[in-house]
Amino acid sequence: MEFEAVIGMEVHVELNSKAKVFCACSTNFHASPNTNVCPVCLGMPGALPVMNRDMVDKSVAVGLALNCTISRWSKMDRKNYFYPDLAKNYQISQYDLPLCFDGYMDVETEETVRRVGITRAHMEEDTARNTHTLGNGESGVDFNRCGVPLLEIVTEPDIRSAQEAYEYLTQLKQILLYLDVSDCNMEEGSIRAEANISVRPVGSTQFGTKTEVKNVASFSGTMKAIAYEITRQIQVIKAGGVIEQETRGWDADRGITFSQRKKESAHDYRYFPEPDLVPIVVDEAWEQRIREQQPELPNARKRRFQQVYGLTSYDAMVLTLTRNMADFYENTVQAGADTKKAANWIMGDVQALCSEAKKELDETVLSSTHLAEMIQLIDAGEISGKIAKDVLAEMFVSGKAPKTIIEEQGLVQISDSDALLDAIQKVLAENTAQVEQYKAGKERVIGFLVGQVMKATTGKANPGMVNDLLKEELSK
Amino acid sequence: MTAWYQKTAHEIVDALMRGDATSLEVTQSYLDRIAAVDPQVDAYTQVWQDSALTQAEQIDQQLADGNIPGPLTGVPIALKELLCTTDGYTTCASRMLENFQSPYNGTVVRKLAKAGAIFLGKVNMDEFAMGSSTENSAIKKTRNPWNLRCVPGGSSGGSAASVAADCCTFSLGSDTGGSIRQPAALCGCVGLKPTYGRVSRYGLVAFASSLDQIGPLSKDVEDAALALNVICGKDVMDATSADLPVPDFRKALTGEVKGMKIGLPREYFTDALNPEMRELIEKAIDVFKAQGASFIEVSLPHTEYAVAVYYIICTAEASANLARFDGVRYGFRHPDASNVQELYVKSKSEGFGPEVQRRIMLGTYVLSSGYYDAYYLKAQKVRSLIKSDFDNAFAQCDVILTPTSPTQAFEFGAKTADPLEMYLSDIYTISTNLAAIPGISVPCGLTKDGLPAGLQLLGKPFDEATILRAAHCYEQNSGIDLGKAPIA
Repeated sequence: MEFEAVIGMEVHVELNSKAKVFCACSTNFHASPNTNVCPVCLGMPGALPVMNRDMVDKSVAVGLALNCTISRWSKMDRKNYFYPDLAKNYQISQYDLPLCFDGYMDVETEETVRRVGITRAHMEEDTARNTHTLGNGESGVDFNRCGVPLLEIVTEPDIRSAQEAYEYLTQLKQILLYLDVSDCNMEEGSIRAEANISVRPVGSTQFGTKTEVKNVASFSGTMKAIAYEITRQIQVIKAGGVIEQETRGWDADRGITFSQRKKESAHDYRYFPEPDLVPIVVDEAWEQRIREQQPELPNARKRRFQQVYGLTSYDAMVLTLTRNMADFYENTVQAGADTKKAANWIMGDVQALCSEAKKELDETVLSSTHLAEMIQLIDAGEISGKIAKDVLAEMFVSGKAPKTIIEEQGLVQISDSDALLDAIQKVLAENTAQVEQYKAGKERVIGFLVGQVMKATTGKANPGMVNDLLKEELSK
Repeated sequence: MTAWYQKTAHEIVDALMRGDATSLEVTQSYLDRIAAVDPQVDAYTQVWQDSALTQAEQIDQQLADGNIPGPLTGVPIALKELLCTTDGYTTCASRMLENFQSPYNGTVVRKLAKAGAIFLGKVNMDEFAMGSSTENSAIKKTRNPWNLRCVPGGSSGGSAASVAADCCTFSLGSDTGGSIRQPAALCGCVGLKPTYGRVSRYGLVAFASSLDQIGPLSKDVEDAALALNVICGKDVMDATSADLPVPDFRKALTGEVKGMKIGLPREYFTDALNPEMRELIEKAIDVFKAQGASFIEVSLPHTEYAVAVYYIICTAEASANLARFDGVRYGFRHPDASNVQELYVKSKSEGFGPEVQRRIMLGTYVLSSGYYDAYYLKAQKVRSLIKSDFDNAFAQCDVILTPTSPTQAFEFGAKTADPLEMYLSDIYTISTNLAAIPGISVPCGLTKDGLPAGLQLLGKPFDEATILRAAHCYEQNSGIDLGKAPIA
């Protein structure tokens, strides 16, 4: 019997608001433990939460990007459970009336588009962080994270493979970065994914029993864990066993999932409306204000790059991976660079320089105007493509204009035929054997001669002109 | 001449402005009074003698410099144990918080200090405001100054007893289902529960967040208005505080009720009403009529469900509000726990008293999966009906008049064996909180046992002005003067 996987994702995203959601404390991840705290986020007696509008703004932006309906009227609820990372022993979250619901995301790959339904995106506060490595047998709690705004995005069980889950996560992250609502830093836990996985015979419309895989450190780890879990479930069923509803962890070293918590110990969270907060009313005007501020999203931008700049779908995809790179590309083109050449330079040398420097494009001093100038200098024959590589490397480090670098380093291409003729005649005089070969019909040897001229001019000669002048001289 | 401690807040402010007394003299007078009679009453849990005298000296200095700190200049007051102060402790009369020092001052505390009030200390209450007799305090037993064998009511029993014993000018209490008005009635003072949202709850240790409201207990209606002027208003720290204009409530005290329509809810004047209470209320009605008010019968048909609805909603909210007291970060931490689960169980079992534990369990139950719809959700629906009852009634009248408490002050232990009997102490006050409207209790005479009785006036949302005006007119024209509580 053939099986198919049924996967739904739950993603928690820490929004990049400057202040926590219910107080004015900073959300800075790098502060010393328990320094970004106040009576409100510490859950001190008598302290009350007051909702930060920024969280609602950013959540609405995500909801709109995921094609959700935005609730005109929603509310916060208390989710009750006891754990030391929860200052109040309840988490302020949303239960039956999430801010965003009934949306979808089109997950595009080279060949396919899969529409993944978004069940809901709801607002909540992050918990504190427990530490068990203090070394004295005690556990510590760092409340800096407690109250950081957190958005939980839940999909329908529309995903069918580990690869699709990976694509969903990657493209969701891309959208969040485009919206500038989260830094999506996995190492710092600003984006955390959980997968609900079940399998069923192909053709069946019933769901199998699901397991939930949690606490995986990376998207690729999540993909591997899902793949493992699908195989494991199919094996269990084929062997006549049953899948238990449970939460499973991922052992990255051994490459296996393992049971963490069975269903019978599932919590009764005793949700009820948070009486300390007033309902959240996002009226038409509020939603419209956010809608007007929305940036162009990756898929739309990709299509526009193909249509407007004549790029291939692959190039358009690469150039729109991040909003910064796409902006950089468009700025370069607007500054006068050829669309295709700009694409090649950015995807090639610029990216290579970035990855070598371990920097994002927007963290460097390279300017799109300078890159456009450089490309135009090549087109004008003032520098060769080869020299341009060195010029670009210098632009990348110093931020100087290409013309400045060319002047400072004397890199201007020699396009003066008199100057070139001197060099050519010298080369011809020094390489009589090759000249003879050429004249005997072995025309390939001209490549060698061009190379010698370039060498003699330390690469500054205009190669096209050298080629032409050489042929002229040799035919004399 | 009467001693300073017998005077009202507005009399003291006037005297200080005229230079008839110094703040130090007034404060010392109260501290002496506390030393003399509080050992019998036991209203105070903490007396802040040193800081009170320092505050008084500062007030005198400011007055000497020609500065007037505010409308409560030099007024010595007491705070209920659940109001957060950086001075002293904020115990909520619980073992759980017996050594707890708040890292911040609540909004009302900051406002009172800014207005020039002097804090004499903190006063007793039922643990976490759960109770109607102050017998649930883990700290001490507070007695009714009118009869030391009787309870002062609750949960703001210390607040009421301290005012009745002249151990402060006024005190602040909190009212979740009658906890200001019922002890005010039982101790013969004025008790005002403002509209939900009128006064910031920031720094009030929560019992039931959708019902709790801070208010004053005072010797007269004018002081209640004066206190409300200072403590009310929108607070950015409390999302449920109302962003509405605040009138000068003292200006509402015109002494007139001519043309005022007063509603008498049919459901409150049944045969179940104690005949002696009924008689006192009827006399009060005559006073209002003589002043030109008219009466109509109104109906609050869902009254019979109020106690049940209240005990579902308040326990549900309390079960979450009190979850934070777990021994992890502050408060009582059981010394013998080998893991976190045991720390929770032992700290809570020994830190909380029996009534608090009962309510946490009730609240946990009504929110549980499978019971939520039948209890919590249904209670919220009935709460809306109770609120509509009042909306309908207020379409016909300006204020509603009822008894405050079904009984006079009772003896210690009289109701402790039967929680339900105790819960019925708040039968006339609970609906007010469910409907989020304002209510005030004013003394309306003494029973034949010589114990105070109170009448309650309820108003439209945010219309404290009208109930204060009615209460003030009654106070000025009833001819009733309870005199002073019979303690030395």
